[in-house]
Amino acid sequence: MDSLSLLMDGFGSALTPTNLLYAALGVLLGTAVGVLPGIGPAMTVALLLPVTYNVSPSSALIMFAGIYYGGMYGGSTTSILLNTPGESSSVVTAIEGNKMAKAGRAAQALATAAIGSFVAGSIGTALLVLVAAPVADVVVELGAPSYFAMMLLALLAVTAVLGASRLRGFIGLFLGLAIGLVGTQTGQPRLTFGQPLLADGIDIVVVAVAIFAVGEALWVAAHLRRKPLDVIPVGVPWMSRDDLRRSWRPWLRGTAFGFPFGALPAGGAEMPTFLSYITERKLTKKPEEFGHGAIEGVAGPEAANNASAAGTLVPLLALGLPTTATAAVILAAMQGYGIQPGPALFDNESALVWTLLASLFIANALLLALNLPMAPLWAKLLRTPRPYLYAGILFFASLGAYSVNFQWFDLLLLLVFGLLGLLMRRFGIPVLPLIIGVILGPTLEYQLAQALAISSGDVSTLWSEPVAVVVYAVLILGGLALAAKSVIDARAPRDTSAPDEREKVDA
Amino acid sequence: MSTTTTTTTTTTTRKDTAQYGLAALLAVIGGYVLYDATTLHPAFSDQPVQPSAFPYLVGGALLVLAALLALAAARGDLPQAEEGEDVDLTTSSDWPTVAKLVAVFVLNIALIDLLGWAITGAFLFAGTAWVLGSRRHVFDLVVGALLSVGTWYGFYVGLGVPIPAGIMDGVL
Repeated sequence: MDSLSLLMDGFGSALTPTNLLYAALGVLLGTAVGVLPGIGPAMTVALLLPVTYNVSPSSALIMFAGIYYGGMYGGSTTSILLNTPGESSSVVTAIEGNKMAKAGRAAQALATAAIGSFVAGSIGTALLVLVAAPVADVVVELGAPSYFAMMLLALLAVTAVLGASRLRGFIGLFLGLAIGLVGTQTGQPRLTFGQPLLADGIDIVVVAVAIFAVGEALWVAAHLRRKPLDVIPVGVPWMSRDDLRRSWRPWLRGTAFGFPFGALPAGGAEMPTFLSYITERKLTKKPEEFGHGAIEGVAGPEAANNASAAGTLVPLLALGLPTTATAAVILAAMQGYGIQPGPALFDNESALVWTLLASLFIANALLLALNLPMAPLWAKLLRTPRPYLYAGILFFASLGAYSVNFQWFDLLLLLVFGLLGLLMRRFGIPVLPLIIGVILGPTLEYQLAQALAISSGDVSTLWSEPVAVVVYAVLILGGLALAAKSVIDARAPRDTSAPDEREKVDA
Repeated sequence: MSTTTTTTTTTTTRKDTAQYGLAALLAVIGGYVLYDATTLHPAFSDQPVQPSAFPYLVGGALLVLAALLALAAARGDLPQAEEGEDVDLTTSSDWPTVAKLVAVFVLNIALIDLLGWAITGAFLFAGTAWVLGSRRHVFDLVVGALLSVGTWYGFYVGLGVPIPAGIMDGVL
């Protein structure tokens, strides 16, 4: 099994004219929706899911790769040209990026972000190709006990490590697990309220669209900014030789930070973008520019952001474990195509996976080719009147939920979970643990049942595999470290100068 | 990263009493999950994980979390409301607007089977745009109609998905 030749086959099926068209369509849609203020990558992917559901799986995945990378790219454009960052992953990009834009260097900021995204995305995707298949080969040998332990680790890590309030993280997680309980278990309805339409469980697309899109629209409606934000006008992005000379090292260093963090459970994009920023500030030859629009401060974090996006695909494809909100929606999408990500994926759906990996490269190249000349057009999208923007979000969210089964009942669920999304935003409950709870809860129950069925009920089977033992040891050590930290925090007076690593889910 | 710290630490005297409501909601959900678990029949004896096992765990955890949240709220713990490009947290919440949006949404749910997406979608768009402050009613309706009819044909022709047409069956 030679990865390179498999990848070449993947390119072969991705490079047909029809599929190239789907890739271009995905990139354009993803960027356009991603640029819109208030819409982050996770919401972009959730809103555009129904469109991809009805074409063949390989075309859908190709379009999807474009939407994913396009949505990421669109988010950075928003954060550079508006003075408020939309999602956690582009907070750091906005620090210097917006300063550059205000100083009349928007074109260079967008150029270094776009080319940096391309460089980081290409290297990240290459690393993904190298790492994912071998990891899957190892994991596929593991039994249900190890798998159960790893899912537990992913759930608890995402809940406890990220986020400002651990209590609220767990509230989100258990609400998600409760939603995941709905359906039929061993032939009897569970939590269905006697409603036959709930017997198959709640469609994850409806939950994702409701929490990300409807919840966000309702929350914005409750706090709509009366004064529109300043949008900085921009021409076609370009950069001088000097800009390039200052950018290429930050791109590579940002990639080196981003990919490993993305591949870890609870790694996310905030830590690597932040680390990249402080590294560039330390290494720069022009420290006086930092805080006033230093190009290194855009190049590094933006590369880190995109490399971490590629990194999150490693646990997603090889283990079936989503670690970010966007990855969770992608998992839901792949399940919608009838594909179950996880260690067996590379064997069962070999052609599809390699087509997906090849289309990630293609999407990345298309992004650069299409988006540099189209940047002025994207900037215009930022001026979309807010009533139309949020009316449009509600319109397409409803269409997406309705098109799954043509049931008004799904629209009712959309509203109920949208209101839940509103409450979560109001009460600072993170969205990520909830959505991962909904997705992983049923699988967790299944793996536990599998493990115990094989051992005919003997609980000690759960720690009978070395990998499981290691994972539980990590969990216990992590739990002890967090407990120790909270004791120290409670004793010491609050240190307000510490950087605040709170999580804002990229909705 | 430093832009979001202000809301929690500055006001220690003010309490967010609405959090008690959230705690009550969690308790109700947790309680119902537990009640539902008691109604499940035990599976065969060779089934190591009973269908009620996870519900007991999740329901119990929700009750505990409800209690912890109430305790945290009583101690003056404040939630960090989510920020965003178009979110202005300095103003107080505009709940009437949210209520009107929900009303438009409910209308769409009630009428979609009868009138079909091509009609209710247009009203959904125009209605929500109106609630959010747009005052060009005719223009909004035209845009909404273009969107709903356009997406209907887009799904039908482009994706091969026939969205039920409602009373427009045969017209579209």
